Parts: sequence; structure tokens; C-alpha cells
Amino acid sequence: MKGYAGKFLRVDMTTGEIRTDTLSEETARKFLGGYGFVANTLYNEVPEGTDPLSPENVLCFWTGPVAGTPVPVSSKYIMGARSPATGFIGFGIASGGPASELKAAGWDGIVVTGKADSLKYLYVQNGQAELREAAYLKGKTTWETEEMIRSELSDEEIRVSSIGPAGELLSCLANVTNDRNRQVGRSGMGCVMGSKNLKAIAIRGTGSIEVAHLDELMELCSDLYKRCRGPATEKYRVLGTPANVLVHNRLGCLPTNNFQKGTFERAEECSGERMLETMVKKVMACPSCPIACDHINVVKEGRWAGAVSSVDYESLELLGPNCGVSDLGAITKAVELCDTLGIDTISAGVTVSWAMEAYEKGLLTREDTNGLDLRFGNDEAMVEAVRVMCLREGKLGELIADGSARAAERLGKGSEFAMVNKKLEWGAYSLRSLQTATLGFATSVRGACYLRSGSYQPDVKGLVDRYKLDRSRGKFVFDGENLYAIIDSMIICKFTRGIYKDNEEIASVINLVTGWDVTPEEMIKTGERIHNMAKLFNVKFGAHRTDDYPPPRAFDEKMYDDVSDGAIIVREQYDEALSGYYEERRWTEDGIPTKALLEELGLDVSLGV
Amino acid sequence: MEAKKIIVCDTDKCSGCELCEYVCSIFHEKTVNWSKSRIRHVRIEPTFDIAIACRKCEEPLCIKACPRDAIISVEDGSVKIEKDKCNGCGWCIEACNFGALKLDWDKKVVFACDFCEGQDGPKCVEFCPYDALEFTTLDQVGREAGVKAFKRIIEELE
Repeated sequence: MKGYAGKFLRVDMTTGEIRTDTLSEETARKFLGGYGFVANTLYNEVPEGTDPLSPENVLCFWTGPVAGTPVPVSSKYIMGARSPATGFIGFGIASGGPASELKAAGWDGIVVTGKADSLKYLYVQNGQAELREAAYLKGKTTWETEEMIRSELSDEEIRVSSIGPAGELLSCLANVTNDRNRQVGRSGMGCVMGSKNLKAIAIRGTGSIEVAHLDELMELCSDLYKRCRGPATEKYRVLGTPANVLVHNRLGCLPTNNFQKGTFERAEECSGERMLETMVKKVMACPSCPIACDHINVVKEGRWAGAVSSVDYESLELLGPNCGVSDLGAITKAVELCDTLGIDTISAGVTVSWAMEAYEKGLLTREDTNGLDLRFGNDEAMVEAVRVMCLREGKLGELIADGSARAAERLGKGSEFAMVNKKLEWGAYSLRSLQTATLGFATSVRGACYLRSGSYQPDVKGLVDRYKLDRSRGKFVFDGENLYAIIDSMIICKFTRGIYKDNEEIASVINLVTGWDVTPEEMIKTGERIHNMAKLFNVKFGAHRTDDYPPPRAFDEKMYDDVSDGAIIVREQYDEALSGYYEERRWTEDGIPTKALLEELGLDVSLGV
Repeated sequence: MEAKKIIVCDTDKCSGCELCEYVCSIFHEKTVNWSKSRIRHVRIEPTFDIAIACRKCEEPLCIKACPRDAIISVEDGSVKIEKDKCNGCGWCIEACNFGALKLDWDKKVVFACDFCEGQDGPKCVEFCPYDALEFTTLDQVGREAGVKAFKRIIEELE
């Protein structure tokens, strides 16, 4: 089986036992890798009713067939577990060294269960692995942890995925960081690591990665590298994802002041253009990436001098305009805090904006906010709120450490403006002025997710009336999800999606690496199978139609701004669009896959209807 | 004799993608294994990247260091390791100021950049997506630096 290592590690944190398991070709063909393997592992191995923070929860780390090959932007891995944030399937994908390094060490993945009695880290090398004491890493930031492990083991080439203090303190939103700037961000995988007393996974591999048709693959890659330098990726290379700030502001879909508005009067001050001019010191790439989108900000002067972080659109937007903040120095500092202390920037931004709205509405007083004047636009308060959130410091830290939905529960107020779906914070796309996007975000299996289907595209490209919904929108979400399931299972970077001529070319990458002969149609069917497997996990944990709705603000309040003034989602239209999506998916009106569909996809039919 | 050409890296352009390492191993070893790359990427956090290969030193320290005379100088200025003589002791690796030599973990012998001998120039340079690598003479590097410096002065004067 080429492309794959053919085996993976099973680690029991409770007993310390580590053993090798075989990856069967049948599983590989059926679920491809990455996202597919996460869905398959979790559905089969997480017992019904498992508490996400219990030793029984399964934490898996998977690569796909292309990791470690010269396929552009292919050094990517995924971590998955039952999410402590949503209670449903949790996972996050990160680029960077750990993926290719794990493959070079001879493993496709790592499946972790149990809980260690003290803090440990897993050290994986060529054909072997061991759990090591991590007491000396307790409370260390992710950046410190990377350096300290390399220094302890005297090897600068070791790649590390680690949690910060927030993961150790079991924040539901804790992330996992590798190579300093890349994160398994969403749905609390760092929290699950923390619950298992697993501080880090350190990897070093020097083996060869075998692909089926190397010469032909290189011929194709040579062309793909050139396309990676062409117009399809120009946005990512030049301004990086923060290019979206002004684009979305013009479209009236730039979430501002906790999603109340879609335009921000000071958007120019925190635009991608301004950031490039005043903050960006270097644009860096992940291993195997000919694009380089990672814009590293170094703050040279002022209140936040010395702050360093890689700033992407979502982080910038949600910690910036969505908190009424335009100061790029403060935003850079807040992202640095999230990355080093270990909380997802998206959830952090939306949680702080929730607290700001609660403060402005009088639901929180200075007594509740550690004395901070937590109004929209107060950049110092935003940065301090992020810090105390990561460290559970003071009354404010305790209140918001686990996100806005739980903060509202604890407060007993403010749930109507907690911008979440499945208790996970919404991405940086406005709900009411991008309504197809909203359908895709709300139906996503991991909650409020812009990465599962790219459902904002028909809205932004003007293919539909983005201020309305109808039954036909489900088709966009369905098609996007099936293709993205393949991209996330191979795993390749979504920023390369535009360089491929068609699905046939994507299938040919899979075939040249694995030696298979998969048709584009079979590939998309595999995507559908993978997505349904993820959905089945959610059904196993009680998912229903009611979980697929946007937060109340979408239906109950009109937007007020220059571009999208008065925009609102009509509930009946949303109901209709949701039913249309379920119909496209061949799920019931309650969002449950039918037995006939599951049988056709070769999946367990027991939970089907 | 033709002026010697080396692989130079523009650190402003190098983004640390490591594709030079992938490509090097693919063309030399017919497999993907960046630990067997003749060129080495080094990153110093937070914002510094460089890729380094053999510098074709005038008096190569690697040659001097080898106790078995396994490293010989080649006409183009590069070095060749005679595999039968090398026993993988690694003194040459210690001696090289640039970390340009490596030990092959499987074959237990040292290897160094051969500038893709017999090819149309080094493959890493051909494939570098950022045009950070160049196969050029030191004289040319100096000339370009001079032109750049002079242009800056002119701009400032204007």
C-alpha cells in the first residue's frame, strides 16, 4: 500500500502501554485518510455516552496518503475526539512538520486512550515510541514547550504538537500548536489532550516515504508548483487571508461588535493592506508549500511592541472588528496570547465580543470583569480578557474560559447573543448577509464551521441572492462538503483547491501516490461516505434537526449598517433551506441518514432510519 | 578555468517550504526522504529561513579533517566522497562551517552536494518556488550586491 505507512500507534495513557496496529487497505480505500480516519475511528471506538473529558474518550492523530510526499501543501494532520465544546465530533486540521515527520517515522497515525497519572509527553521516532515525564513542562507555553523538548532530547529537527496552560486547565476551547504558528484550533482538541495528561507529541522520523509512481507524480507536481505561484493563490501570497477584511467590509458581511453589524468604520486601519505595510516582517511557508500565506507580524513600537504572531483573517477579524478593535498591535498581541497559552483564536474572539456586549447591556459589571472597562473598541481590555480567559484568572476568566455559550449558561443571561452553533463560536462571516454560508455553517458536523463546505462562495461570488434562502441552497452545501471531505482526508491545503483543473486531477494525485485507480465519481462518493460517517457519530451522541440552526440573532434582530441594513433571516426560509439540504443528503426531516443511504455507502445501518 | 558556481540563498525570499529538500532526495535517491537531501533548510524563529548546500570552499575543511582521505576535491570546486574509504566517522561534518555534509543513516557514509552533476544545473534551484535559490558565481553575487547598493544611493539622492 503506497503513500501510507500501513501502521499506526495505539497509546494507553493509563497503563503506559504502546502497541502497533495495522492500517488495512480496506479502511484506507473506504475512508482515504485524515478526516475519514477520524470519523471512522471515533464512530467505532468511542463508547456511547462517553464524557469527552473521561479516559474513555479517544483522541486520534491521523495523516493521509499524501503527507510527506511532494504534493503541494500536503504536510497536514488532523486531530479528532468527541469534542468537549460541542459534545459531537471534534477535530481540527493543522499544517506543518509533525505530519510529514510522523510518516517518515513510519506511522500513519496515533490513537490515544486513557489518562496518565502525571503530565507526560509522547516521543515518536522511527518505528518506536515512548511516554516521557513532562512535569518540567507544566504551565509552559506552546512555544516554550517546543524548544524545551528539542533541547531535552538534543535534536533541533524534532517536530512538536503541544498544548499550553489553557489545555492543562481544561478549557473546552483549548487548541494544539505546532511549529509555533500552526494550530489544531477548533472544538477543543487541546482540552482532550489536557484531560489525558498529555502535554505534547514530539516526532522525529528519517525514513523514506514511498509513492507508487514517483516520476509521473513529480511531473504533475512540477506543474502544480507553477500554478501555486499563479493567479489562483495570489490573494494568499500577497496579503494573506487578511485580504478579506476590506472585501467583506464592502459586502457588508464583516462581523462587527459581536455580529450586530456587517461593516466596521475603522476597517482600513486593520486591513490586510495596512497589516502588510506596517506589521508583516516575513511571509513563511509550511513544509511542502509553494504558496506561503503565513504572514508573521512583529510589532515594532507602541503599547504592544515585541508581540509576534502569525495573523490570519479569522483571528484578525474576530479579535479585531468583532470586538470593535482596529489596533493591529493589540490584535497581534491577542493572537500571540491565544497561540502560546493555547486557546482557539476564533472562539476567543467571539467569546470576548460576547462579554463586551454583555457588559454594554449591563449584564456584567466591572466586578464581573476583573475591573476591566469591557466596552467594544477597548483594545487593552480585549487583550487582557483574552489573557484571563486562557488562564481562568479572576471572575472574568472563570466565566468565559469555556466559551460564550457556557458563559451565558453560568450567568443565566445573554444566551440570545452567544454567537454559536452546537455551542461552538461562529467563524468570521456575518450570518444575515451571507445566508447560504449560514446554512453551511449551522449544518456542519463540528459546529459553526466555514471550512466544511466553503458555503460562503455562492454568496460572495454572487451566484445567489445572499440576503434570502430557499430550498435549492442545500445543493451547494452538499457538493462542497463531499469535495472538502476528500481534501480533508488526503489531506491537502484548501488554498490549493483552485490550482486543480477538476476533480479528475485531484483523483489522479491520489492514484499516483497510492497506485489505485479511483475515478472522480468514486472519489466524490468516498467524500459522501466520510461525511455521513462523521454525521453518524453525531447521531450516536444525540444530534437532531434543532442542532442545525444558527443563533437567535439571525432570526430576531435586523442588521444595521450601510450595506446590509435591515438584513435578517426569515425563519420559514431557513426551515425550507434546511429541509432542502437534508433531502439532498437523503437524510430524514430530523437530519438522520436513511438506512438505504447507509447501505449504499457501505456504512453501519443500525442508527439509520 | 571557469569561475566556480555555488548555490546561494536569498534569505528574504526563502520561506522555509523545504521543497528543495524533497526535490533533492527525489532526484538523488529516487524516493522521498528529506534527511537524505544534499541541501539543508534551517529556520531560526521567528522569521529567519535559509537553505545551505556545499560552498565549494577554497581550502575545504572537510577534506583536511578526513582521517582516511575519503574526500577528494573535484575540478568544479565541489567535493566527492569515496564511499569505500568513508567509514561514517563524521569528522568532516564537524569540520564544515555550514553543516553542508550529512551522514546517510542507512548506508553509514557521508554525502554532500554534487550540484546535480550531469544535469542542467541543480534541481533544488530549478524547483525553488520562491526563486530564493540561485546557481551562480560569487563574483556575480558581489556584482549584484554592488548594483543594489548603488541603486539605493541613487534613489536616496533623488
